[in-house]
Amino acid sequence: MAVPVETRRPASPSRPPEGSRWTRDVIETKVFGVLRWVVIVGLVLVTLFPFYYMFILSLRPLDSLLRDPGSLAIPFGELDWSSYRNIMTPQEDGGQGFLRFMGNSAMVALGTVLISLLVAIPGSYAISRLNFFGRRQISALFLAVYLFPSILLAIPLFTFFTRLGLRGQLVALLIVYVAQVIPVTIYMLRNYFDTIPTSLEEAAALDGCSRLGVLRRISLPLAMPAIISNGLFVFMIAWNEFLFALLFLVNTRSNWTVSLGLSQLAGSIEVPTTVLMAGSVILTLPIIIIFFAAERLLTEGLTAGAEKG
Amino acid sequence: MSSVKKDVPAGPAASAAGPRGRRMLSPMAREEQRAGLTLLSPTLVLVLVMVVLPILWTLLLAFQRVRILNIRAAGIFGPYTVANFDSVFSSSFFTSLGTTLAYSIFGTAGAIILGLIAALALRKPFKGRTLIRASMLIPYVSPIVAVTFTWTTMLDPQFGLINYWGKQLLGWEESIPFLSERAREVSFLGLNFEIPTALIAVIVFEMWRSFPFAFLFLTARINAIPDSLEEAARVDGATPIQRFVHIILPQLLPTIAMLSVLRFIWTFNSFDDIYLLTGGGGGTEVVAVTVFNFLTARGDIGAASAQALVLAVILGLMVGIYIKFFGKKEEVS
Repeated sequence: MAVPVETRRPASPSRPPEGSRWTRDVIETKVFGVLRWVVIVGLVLVTLFPFYYMFILSLRPLDSLLRDPGSLAIPFGELDWSSYRNIMTPQEDGGQGFLRFMGNSAMVALGTVLISLLVAIPGSYAISRLNFFGRRQISALFLAVYLFPSILLAIPLFTFFTRLGLRGQLVALLIVYVAQVIPVTIYMLRNYFDTIPTSLEEAAALDGCSRLGVLRRISLPLAMPAIISNGLFVFMIAWNEFLFALLFLVNTRSNWTVSLGLSQLAGSIEVPTTVLMAGSVILTLPIIIIFFAAERLLTEGLTAGAEKG
Repeated sequence: MSSVKKDVPAGPAASAAGPRGRRMLSPMAREEQRAGLTLLSPTLVLVLVMVVLPILWTLLLAFQRVRILNIRAAGIFGPYTVANFDSVFSSSFFTSLGTTLAYSIFGTAGAIILGLIAALALRKPFKGRTLIRASMLIPYVSPIVAVTFTWTTMLDPQFGLINYWGKQLLGWEESIPFLSERAREVSFLGLNFEIPTALIAVIVFEMWRSFPFAFLFLTARINAIPDSLEEAARVDGATPIQRFVHIILPQLLPTIAMLSVLRFIWTFNSFDDIYLLTGGGGGTEVVAVTVFNFLTARGDIGAASAQALVLAVILGLMVGIYIKFFGKKEEVS
């Protein structure tokens, strides 16, 4: 309580007017006004610099990197796309076969998105809309799953799929991914369903629509923005995943995902760093594109005018 | 599949409500029960089979002598033993537990502080703020393998950028092997310190990687604070620091508490970051990496299960204690 008094004192009329220009308030406001921009510029540099570094290294020949490790300019004179050619060429033709890895990653990620949405849409609708026994317990179970150490889960799944002889298969990875993302998917979709007014559904039910009909014709179209952004989110998780891919697929090179391929090749000395940087760009680019697309989608509200229509 | 679908709704509803409770439910409510559990059953089956049962199985595995080599011979109700826990109560496990704690505490605190600074700096609107806000999230969403590879290259002793600049601009006499050096003598103001180089490097990486998460949540919370509160404080003559300490910060505390728990749990369990950056070398071996090595390099499923189980129990205890002591504050959020 003594604090405001303290700050007002310099501004009191007994002081000369020049003194009031340098109150604590004015000084702090000025300092933070400058500091704010310093912080913003610093943060932008720190967050984005590694990606810039990744990108320019992917365009430089290896000997240029070894000659001049500190250079940060985009090498317009010696733009070298051979790293990208090398990383994408199949292994049989002397490349690293990332095209195949991308195919594997895309297949697993898209499969995860499709199956998890197929399973989670009715599930989240039920949790949001229908009153049934055990609803709250099930929500708690899902939250617990989300916070569980994945390394603990990895052991039994590793053992299980090894015993089945399915460990090197992409299908095994797909099933594990679906189980991993389902709790998040349900949570996100449920939150969205909660925001959709029930009156529309009730109107449809009164008009003689069955429960599944209501879900398909009313709730699903209304929840589309959430479903799409959720699908993109799941795609990102599956595309980025590393631990299970490493545990399951490491011995079958033809089934490697991009993440696994990059991490395995980074350990060997035969593949030049610049080529692997091209691989990093290829691995990161889809995620950044999707991220900026999803950003916009997330902010789009479809429910705003639904009640009026 | 279809038999499961039918069984699941009948089971809990019948056992819970009983014959008397059943009569009390209206036909519509009963229909709703059935519809709810039917719609949820695929999810439930999947989570039970792929998550809950495996976790329970880990409990059994931890008390069995199972190795990759004899995996086919091992039964579910095999001979039980506590021998696997010998590996848990060895000195190396306690070392990695300590490393895990240091990594998660400093990583969590650093990420939240950095996120808070970012949220405050980007509070007032300016041209291009939306774009900058979105870019702040890129480290968090990017593939972990790609960013760790970029960082290992940046920190490389031979052709890494940081060491090059350090030698050129800061006058370092030799390259610092950031990701493999266990400890380094540093003298500062005449005092000599020994700092754990590699551990600090992975903590800094963790801060860089996960501050966007804290930034996102804190920004959302700050935006929800009504302007009138701060306006009133400003009229009363509160300076920017005072307004932050007395108005903004108290509003953010529940969010910070929630973030601390979440980030601590995730960092405590994390495997990818350290495995990819250092492989567990240079004094950075966290428990998750130890477990992984037991599982793959030694093929000792039993010991790996025992360690993972102890990790989960310790985590559960810590989170439980935290919620018991700070739980009331959290309910506010």
